[in-house]
Amino acid sequence: MYTFSSKLKTFSFALMIVGLLGVAYGFLSTPNSVEDVKVMLQESHDSHGEVATSHDNVNHGESHETAHSDDTHAEHAFHYLKNKPWSALYVALFFFFMISLATLAFYAIQHASQAGWPVVLFRVMEGITAYLPVGAVLLFVFFVLSSLHMNHLFTWMDADVVAHDELIQNKSGYLNVPFFLLRAAIYIIGWVVYRQYARKLTLAQDKANDNSNYTKLFKSSAAFLVFFLVSESMMSWDWIMSLDPHWFSTLFGWYVFASMIVSAVTTIALISIYLKGKGYLEFVNNSHLHDLAKFMFGFSIFWTYLWFSQFMLIWYANIPEEVTYFASRFSEYKIPFLGMLVLNFAFPLLVLMNSDFKRVNWFIVCTGIIILIGHYVDIFVMIMPATVGDQWFFGISEISSVLLVLGLFIYVVFTALTKAPLLAKGNPFIKESEHFHY
Amino acid sequence: MSSKVIQAMYNDDDVLMDAVKEVRAANHHIEEVYTPFPVHGLDKAMGLKGTRIAITAFMYGCVGFSFAIWMMNYMMIEQWPQDIGGKPSFSFFLNMPAFVPIMFELSVFFAAHLMVITFYMRSRLWPFKKAENPDPRTTDDMFVMEVLVDGNEASLISFLENTGTVEIKVTEK
Repeated sequence: MYTFSSKLKTFSFALMIVGLLGVAYGFLSTPNSVEDVKVMLQESHDSHGEVATSHDNVNHGESHETAHSDDTHAEHAFHYLKNKPWSALYVALFFFFMISLATLAFYAIQHASQAGWPVVLFRVMEGITAYLPVGAVLLFVFFVLSSLHMNHLFTWMDADVVAHDELIQNKSGYLNVPFFLLRAAIYIIGWVVYRQYARKLTLAQDKANDNSNYTKLFKSSAAFLVFFLVSESMMSWDWIMSLDPHWFSTLFGWYVFASMIVSAVTTIALISIYLKGKGYLEFVNNSHLHDLAKFMFGFSIFWTYLWFSQFMLIWYANIPEEVTYFASRFSEYKIPFLGMLVLNFAFPLLVLMNSDFKRVNWFIVCTGIIILIGHYVDIFVMIMPATVGDQWFFGISEISSVLLVLGLFIYVVFTALTKAPLLAKGNPFIKESEHFHY
Repeated sequence: MSSKVIQAMYNDDDVLMDAVKEVRAANHHIEEVYTPFPVHGLDKAMGLKGTRIAITAFMYGCVGFSFAIWMMNYMMIEQWPQDIGGKPSFSFFLNMPAFVPIMFELSVFFAAHLMVITFYMRSRLWPFKKAENPDPRTTDDMFVMEVLVDGNEASLISFLENTGTVEIKVTEK
């Protein structure tokens, strides 16, 4: 049995407290009115002016020719800055939620395919999926707050916007608040029900004399995967793609899934290595970690493949309503948008290509941390351009939102790990998994 | 090249694996093992060095990648610039996304084909080559281990007989 070390518990609480303070600061420091923003912009112009060359001054002059455009600019900036702490929180909530959701999918795939090797890792995966109900409730609360106009992330929720927008009006049969919340509730209930049912069955299987629980688990996992693949795709349209309600991409669900699954496998590997370092999981050998690293490598390339497939078709066709998505990312988000390709593709490709490196723990840990940062940036670049536009920067709100949710994630996951033995000893494939070697 | 070898035949891969380990533990030299299918873990049990084909695959992939870059630049930018979908046709960099699938495919093509050719050359396999396996049954259901005789032949035979072999043959090689 695993015991949650008090050091790690203190660490998770510290993260949560620091994160909470930072998030609160982020919310309190948003400007109160358009006037404040005007003053702010003026100040930043003045300070620029002091150091700026004449070339810069020309640029400023062009973009703010009249007082009128200054006003609309300030108004836009005001709305973006108001959204900023909410968006930062949303990115962090979604990021950790998607890790646990994709871990659940990975777990269900292992059951449905009756794979032998990962059985020794099942309890680690169950620990990570314990965050699923918590994260799902937080996200749902977030959506309810959005629908109450506490924030303006989802512009299609704003009746004023819809009244002047024929494209959104045409989509309002799908994009309306009650149906949106109903769909979110259906996805969440479906995922959480499978998670709790699977957990109950594996615990029962440990004590059982026959494989009836295992058979039920196999069947429910297969059924869950069917539900998951449809609901995950719709979730990505609802929760992310609808932030840009005019834009659509047919492979968006897959793209989000690729990001999810690679982060999930990485998290499984990192937590397994941590537990092994603490002297638990003595039955996990480096062949298991090798397999996880292979998945990290493979899914990183899979993610790049989907990223590029989405990009190339839109780039080639060059249809105005589609390219706006990439135009804003190339102009305002160039560093995170192209930087994540280095983090998520070039780095794992070169570091994890060698078979021997996949068995070296510190290689997996380093690459894993890079991959997680890269996919955080990926989610960041999916969400931020629609909600904060050109007003983005990586500041206190963003960092403390990550710390807050990370602290909660660590607390929930490691608490769940203490609840059951770390070896799912009742699984019929347990011997195969323990003797797994490559 | 005449050295005496003992060919010990087995009819089960698990028995063979144990035999290989025993023979190696007794410090006899295994020349070669012939099996009808790849036996998982046999290379490690025989103490063979890891394959270096992965390194060649990486290098061939790089060759294919570079070749694709050169080829697309020559064909689409330098030699006969073509206007496809209004994309600027005088810059490799601005057209690069369109060439990525070709770069990818040629990397895979070069890596795969050259790797197969390398493997054949390294294993000395070519068309119309006469089979080297000592017994045609190794293509069916028999596993043959060839052990070099370097000392007392009779004691080696009796040692091998205890490893579960079904047939033993002594030949010159």
